[in-house]
Amino acid sequence: MTTVLQMTTIHQAAVRQSDDACKVGKHAAGQRDIRPMLGNEAIARGVWEAGVKVATAYPGTPSTEILENIARYPAADLVAQWGTNEKVALDVAIGASFVGVRAFVCMKHVGLNVAYDSLMSVTYIGVNGALVLAVCDDPGIHSSQNEQDSRLLARIAMVPVLEPADAQEALDFTRIAFEISEQFDTPVMVRSTTRLSHTRSRVRVGQRITVEDKGFIESTAKNVMVPAHARLRHPLLLEREQKLTEYFNTSPLNQQDAGSSHYGIITAGISYSYVKEVVPEAQVLKLAVTWPLPSGLLREFCDRVERVLVVEELEPVIEDELRKMGIAVEGKSLFPRVGEFSPAVIQTGLVKAGLLTADTTEAAYEPSQLARPPVLCAGCPHTSSYMVLRSVNARVAGDIGCYTLASIEPLDAVDTCVAMGCSIANAVGMAKADNQTRPIVATIGDSTFLHAGIPPLIDAVYNKADITVMILDNHTVAMTGGQDYAGTGITLRGEKTERVNFRDLVTSIGVKWVRQVDSYNLAQMHKALQEAIRFKGVAVLISDRPCVIDPIRIRGAVYQITAATCSGCQSCMNLGCPSLVWTDEMIDGHHKVTIDTSTCMGCSLCAQVCPSDAIHLPGLQ
Amino acid sequence: MPAATEPAVVARTRSVPKNVLIVGVGGQGVIMVSKVLAVLCQEQGFEVKQSEVHGMAKRGGSVFSHVRFGEQVYSPVIPRGKVDVLVALEWAEGLRWLPYLNQRRGTFIADTQHIIPPFACRNRNRGAHSAYVCESVSEVMEQVPNSFALDAVGMATELGVPRAANTVLLGILSAALDFSAADWQSVISQLVPPKTVEANLQAFAQGRDWALHFDRESVKSACVGLLRNAAGNLDNVADLSRVEITEAWCKGCDICVKFCPERCLQLNARQVVEMVHAERCTGCRMCEWLCPDFAIAVHTPRLPYPATVRDNNELR
Ligand SMILES: Cc1ncc(C[n+]2csc(CCOP(=O)(O)OP(=O)(O)O)c2C)c(N)n1
Ligand code: SF4
Ligand code: SF4
Repeated sequence: MTTVLQMTTIHQAAVRQSDDACKVGKHAAGQRDIRPMLGNEAIARGVWEAGVKVATAYPGTPSTEILENIARYPAADLVAQWGTNEKVALDVAIGASFVGVRAFVCMKHVGLNVAYDSLMSVTYIGVNGALVLAVCDDPGIHSSQNEQDSRLLARIAMVPVLEPADAQEALDFTRIAFEISEQFDTPVMVRSTTRLSHTRSRVRVGQRITVEDKGFIESTAKNVMVPAHARLRHPLLLEREQKLTEYFNTSPLNQQDAGSSHYGIITAGISYSYVKEVVPEAQVLKLAVTWPLPSGLLREFCDRVERVLVVEELEPVIEDELRKMGIAVEGKSLFPRVGEFSPAVIQTGLVKAGLLTADTTEAAYEPSQLARPPVLCAGCPHTSSYMVLRSVNARVAGDIGCYTLASIEPLDAVDTCVAMGCSIANAVGMAKADNQTRPIVATIGDSTFLHAGIPPLIDAVYNKADITVMILDNHTVAMTGGQDYAGTGITLRGEKTERVNFRDLVTSIGVKWVRQVDSYNLAQMHKALQEAIRFKGVAVLISDRPCVIDPIRIRGAVYQITAATCSGCQSCMNLGCPSLVWTDEMIDGHHKVTIDTSTCMGCSLCAQVCPSDAIHLPGLQ
Repeated sequence: MPAATEPAVVARTRSVPKNVLIVGVGGQGVIMVSKVLAVLCQEQGFEVKQSEVHGMAKRGGSVFSHVRFGEQVYSPVIPRGKVDVLVALEWAEGLRWLPYLNQRRGTFIADTQHIIPPFACRNRNRGAHSAYVCESVSEVMEQVPNSFALDAVGMATELGVPRAANTVLLGILSAALDFSAADWQSVISQLVPPKTVEANLQAFAQGRDWALHFDRESVKSACVGLLRNAAGNLDNVADLSRVEITEAWCKGCDICVKFCPERCLQLNARQVVEMVHAERCTGCRMCEWLCPDFAIAVHTPRLPYPATVRDNNELR
């Protein structure tokens, strides 16, 4: 039989491989110290091993699992806590460094923007206990609002950047970052990217070291950044840059792979793995550090090869530095400045450079492609907010969270989305322009509101803006996987703590119209929103229902549709609930609808919008 | 400098890693499947790289996980055309990634279940069909010689554990890779929730058994029951629907405005309803039925096609 034959092909290949593998793998050494780990888990391990005492973060893909994994290590070893936002998190870490313990903070690339003010100052101050930041960039924009290159921000702050290329290096470099921080009196950044953070590979782990508690060192000139002190610190930064360059010139962390002198590739981070995949025999310099660049080492390498190619994702950071050094390099002329790299991208670039011949792979079978963008979950409490916003024809200033998904069809109810916490002030600006006929409403998630929504709400009240603010309180940070935060009253380590009372908070700012409504009650939501819009001034409507997915699944009785009564009007399909699907049965050219009972969460929204009363709980038709 | 026309020849000397791509829809358990495989390969002494997606895509979007194992693995992502085994937890997702499969030697393992996204049911024109992929199982089996399609959810449901469909697929994957059944079973037992170990091992055995006794022709004929969806929509006839409003009878109660699923209607300054988005009107008649004063009439043309898609569907 043909199939058996085909299967054997795979069998044989695999057998051959397992023979090879036995030589290097299993029996080599200390299995117990070698584990498969995500890049993020490895960074977490590195933090723990480095003897860190305080670790903090605000969640954000692809960095979230770092702190979550740190929290798996004993509380007796280190503190792990969620910060209200990235700046708060960095400031907490700075505080710990001030009093002489090792401190760690992590964030996604855009989180660095939020924390940047503090970073620009602490780089002048330097450290007492080591201070390390892990920043995860998102080339390809898998889950973000931009694809900025954080290495550029680090360069402005004159903070050294280590770039691991796999999970093992993620652990090793993180550990070393703490040493460098203390040795050179500087915060240090470990830069990851989505692919590294979310790739699992084998890691040899070590033990936690004990570091001495240095205590607070009294020095106003170093610790208090006023003009007179800062002026004295700035030259020291330049000196530090020089010393770091020398250090990295001879650091064994930079790796060189020998090859022909025909051409040489300079790369760093995950791009190294793509380069090796495509041209395993090429001469490569893999930099462990991308700021400050080891100029001596680079010059030496470039002298050895006839052509120099730089392979780096996003901005031409290494390439530009080499140019400044007067070295002729090719980089962004071959490899794109946008998007994520892959072996194919490297291949294309090398073909363009005339170093490889184009692959002549046979044409692939390409069946049709189904558009499947992410959508709000079945039973998502955010759905009703946007249904009612649509029905009052609001101009909606949106924000970042699961609810941004309401911007696409069929809800199609979010007009703008800029960055975390922007919605309220954006709405103030729209209202102040005074040229919109539609009511202006800001929608902001509960965690985003605490992250960056309070100052703009104060601004709105202070400046007497006529806007409505909907706080979408789903009792969690859902987009990033259901983390706890100040709005849940539970800490990262699962202890009970004070829970922010949104009503009291908003009232204390001076908001005169505040109402809290169950998100699952469409009629009440509608009435409350209409009232809020009529109210002159700032009105805050809190749409209140826990997320049905995270941190726990909440499933009610499942709804069903009586086909005979369904008029095919598609009213329920406007919810965008993924449990609602067309049947093959049509009525006057329109599909009737049915409910996928295996995924329905029983929120009842579809039953509330059905004008034909076709949707009901079993037995209640 | 050598001339650009003289490309350097790069010989690949090392043994090439094996590439398994696991795909599905957010929430289906793609990561669980890939984790079992990754742990197994790791335990067998291979270097393994497993790359997965987190964040946005998990909200019902398209999800994939690359697993590469071998003596030495560099790139965590599998180059296009180099996938040895493609495991799809959902039919359309399998088709999405088929171009990544090694065209000659690759194995395609797919659950035939359809998860139809809200997006596919967006066309409101009369007679519109779902935009779900149109290739039927037999069609794909024709194109991809080494393919294994089955109703894994159905198989798992028969065992009383619909959620173990993934494990059924693992059973099939196990037949395509050279690890012993016992090794698979031990890893599965480690990784699934303790209470479900028994059920999962059963699902695994079923899948493996099915694959080892795989009979292409009988599968093809078994798949005849699956509908072939027509991707193409019939001509746009929606714009032929016409809403007639008798202004004198309208009392401005707003009911039709609120209930129109396409938001075509609005009250004008005189508090009388008017049609503002005729191009969106699908002729659903909701306004006509709900108006308490019979102020609205919807005129739709007779449809030139059968009333149900079922009649229209080609059974393969
Ligand atoms: C500065 C910044 N930090 C972190 C993120 C990642 N992020 C996106 S949405 C989100 C959480 C939103 O939570 P919430 O406002 O409660 O909305 P939900 O997802 O729960 O609906 C986070 C942390 C980001 N985009 N920008
Ligand atoms: S995870 Fe929660 S908040 Fe996010 S879309 Fe799903 S139900 Fe809504
Ligand atoms: S009750 Fe209706 S809207 Fe809610 S999850 Fe079920 S099908 Fe979706």
